[in-house]
Amino acid sequence: MRRLAATIPVLGMVALFVFLMLRMTPGDPAAVLAGDNGTPQQIAEIRETLGLDEPILVQLGIWFGDLLQGDLGQSYFFKKDVTELILLRVEPTVALAITTLVITVLVAVPIGVIAAYRHGTWLDRCVMGFSVFGFSVPVFVVGYILIYLFAMQFKMFPVQGYKELADGFWPFIHRLILPSITLSVIYIALIARITRASVLEVLGEDYIRTAYAKGLPNRVVLLRHALRNAAVPIVTVIGIGVALLISGVVVTESVYNIPGLGRLTVDAVLGRDYPTIQAVILVFSGVYVLINLLIDLTYSFLDPRIRY
Amino acid sequence: MRPNLPIGLAAGAALVAGAVMSAPASADQTLRVVMHSDLKIVDPIWTTAYMSRNYGYMVYDTLFAMDANTDVHPQMVESYEVSADKLTYTFTLRPGLAWHDGSPVTSADVIPSIQRWGSKDSMGQKLMEFVADMQAVDDRTFTMVLKEPYGLVTMSLAKPSSNVPFIMPASVAATPSSEQISEYIGSGPFVFDVENWKPGDTVLFTRNDNYQPRSETPSWASGGKVVKVEAVEWLSVKDHQTAVNSLIEGEIDYIESPPNDLLPLLEGDENVALKVINPLGAQFMFRLNHLHPPFDNVKIRRAALASINQKDFMQATIGDPAYYKECAAMFICGSALATDAGADIVLKSDFELSKKLLKEAGYDGTPIVIMQSTDVNVLNNLGPVAKANLEKGGFVTDLQAMDWQTLVARRAKREHPSEGGWNVFMTSWTAADILNPIMAAGFNAGCDAAWFGWPCDEEMEALRDAFARETDAAKQKEIAEQIQIRAMEVVTHAHGGQWYRPVAYRSDRLDGVLDGPVSYFWNITKK
Repeated sequence: MRRLAATIPVLGMVALFVFLMLRMTPGDPAAVLAGDNGTPQQIAEIRETLGLDEPILVQLGIWFGDLLQGDLGQSYFFKKDVTELILLRVEPTVALAITTLVITVLVAVPIGVIAAYRHGTWLDRCVMGFSVFGFSVPVFVVGYILIYLFAMQFKMFPVQGYKELADGFWPFIHRLILPSITLSVIYIALIARITRASVLEVLGEDYIRTAYAKGLPNRVVLLRHALRNAAVPIVTVIGIGVALLISGVVVTESVYNIPGLGRLTVDAVLGRDYPTIQAVILVFSGVYVLINLLIDLTYSFLDPRIRY
Repeated sequence: MRPNLPIGLAAGAALVAGAVMSAPASADQTLRVVMHSDLKIVDPIWTTAYMSRNYGYMVYDTLFAMDANTDVHPQMVESYEVSADKLTYTFTLRPGLAWHDGSPVTSADVIPSIQRWGSKDSMGQKLMEFVADMQAVDDRTFTMVLKEPYGLVTMSLAKPSSNVPFIMPASVAATPSSEQISEYIGSGPFVFDVENWKPGDTVLFTRNDNYQPRSETPSWASGGKVVKVEAVEWLSVKDHQTAVNSLIEGEIDYIESPPNDLLPLLEGDENVALKVINPLGAQFMFRLNHLHPPFDNVKIRRAALASINQKDFMQATIGDPAYYKECAAMFICGSALATDAGADIVLKSDFELSKKLLKEAGYDGTPIVIMQSTDVNVLNNLGPVAKANLEKGGFVTDLQAMDWQTLVARRAKREHPSEGGWNVFMTSWTAADILNPIMAAGFNAGCDAAWFGWPCDEEMEALRDAFARETDAAKQKEIAEQIQIRAMEVVTHAHGGQWYRPVAYRSDRLDGVLDGPVSYFWNITKK
């Protein structure tokens, strides 16, 4: 509970920082709202309607007051509550993040363990080579390549779009496979590398030699002794990597036209929709803080010596 | 037994491919469209945003409409009469006009709709200066009484682009023009499905089965708006490459504004057609700020005019000569008011003339702050071209790159360029916005009331006023010519060339795509 309470000032600081950053960034939502042919008079009128002509401290006070009552505000553009807009966008982003995490863990951890076990062989070098590739190639390039191959050449997947889970499991997952693979490439590269390094370090420990001396098979030594003891840094990186995932979601959702929180963020930033930007960044920060809190808690499970 | 990996993979791929192939064929009658942007504001009077205008054409109807020859025709109006003194217009609405909820459209709806539009739109405001009174005679008849003859009454009511005088129910039109409307009922050919609107993702319009189209052949927004599909879905696909791939794969039917650099991809596909639906196209505008040095000096503005040329702008942004045209007419080549008078200076740079004018004006080398938009595909290269040509003409420049939203905010600033203001920016206008000197914002030289750049010239304002009052088309054209000459003398702005962007659609499925300054979705059939 103490750690949970500590997240509140963190989110408060994030909220303040985002608010001030936005007000210092060039751009004026009123000019965007008025349209390209909008006159100076129309822009001034809109600024007044939105309260943007008020001093920044007054605007900040109003926003914080609403925030404390759970009101994230109303989008300047859609005239809808930001909470409603965010709820509409949660499912695609959560679905994309979960499938990406599942693919990542299923691929990255085994290949990292194998690379460590086959340290110095061609297999190890292949895994490390893939890792460098995964880090180096931008997410959108991976996306375009996968779309070209699997959507346009082999016709196995659609180019773009999202179907809700309520529309059926197959349409839902069918449209998530390519985006999830796209997003997981960089994540797999990161986690495979960390897994390899951690397992490699553990494999040199005395208790591993003891396990082998006891005649335990490779599988048991690797999974029960090596991987378990190497898990703490791996899980830490999975938590830190959520930030990577969030930035990747923004690009992946644009390339695959998935109406998630990433695209909502981009649209809001481009349109200077202050209430939406503030709310979405607050939500992302909250998720990031909570996931890292959960990761901290899993340490105790993975390594009983760790206590809070 | 160990699983056989290659066989497993092949089986998996076959399963996926089979599932894809067994998906039901797309035999539906929903037109899937990627527009140039996503719909944000569902009030086409409150904002001038083109997406809101396009939305308006789906949901609402207009009293008059313009055809492909820019001639004005009745649309919701059945007939109208003008009194001998040209002061009283009597309009009669077509029988059978109805709102989407089935209630009839009456004169009582039309009058507040005109008033709301007239309080917001520049051409509407001009019209309302001349209107003494509007009265409903009966449910289908109303009068507009003028203070003095005005030559642009029906032209104003047929204004084809933002803000379009759409007719709304009286209760909706009663909303002050400073506030957005909150009910979305129109009498147009489509119904906005507000329940299924996913902001930033999809907008769904269904066919209005109660709509009574006119009998004439459709031409631009005039004539019969016969809807031949069940629904139209606007999809917000932000990534141009993804939209193009999606069209090639047949997932969507129509892209309103494919960027020029991706056109070769579409030209190579036999199932995709590229069609320039707007033969008048659009025009680049080179806008100067008259408030601050050095462009508060007319000679230096003339020097800037001598430095630039249309071809360089269009080669850098459009590239393919099939999609651009050098054109001296500020009111658009091909329109009723087109004339080359006084404006051919923009066709060829004359750097020596520019340097001579700068010397005569005593230009002190003050850097020209050029605002360059970097995220609107068709505007990106205009800034560097302007910089290169102005420097060849003897100017010192300071090119400042920014996103479009920053630019539109900064262009409203009247401060000195060193304090956040500006000297030059470039933009583009769809031709339908600049067909005459009243609707074209760039010609307004009313000082503080003028568009960004704030030119101030009494002679120009007198000419514009004379144009508005003139009821004879031939004399209007003469005045427009004088306005163009004056615009070049005082350099309100310069026209950077006329350009075109085709729409892209599945030619194997769609038929009946109409021409127009806006994408209209009536008359289209889907196989």
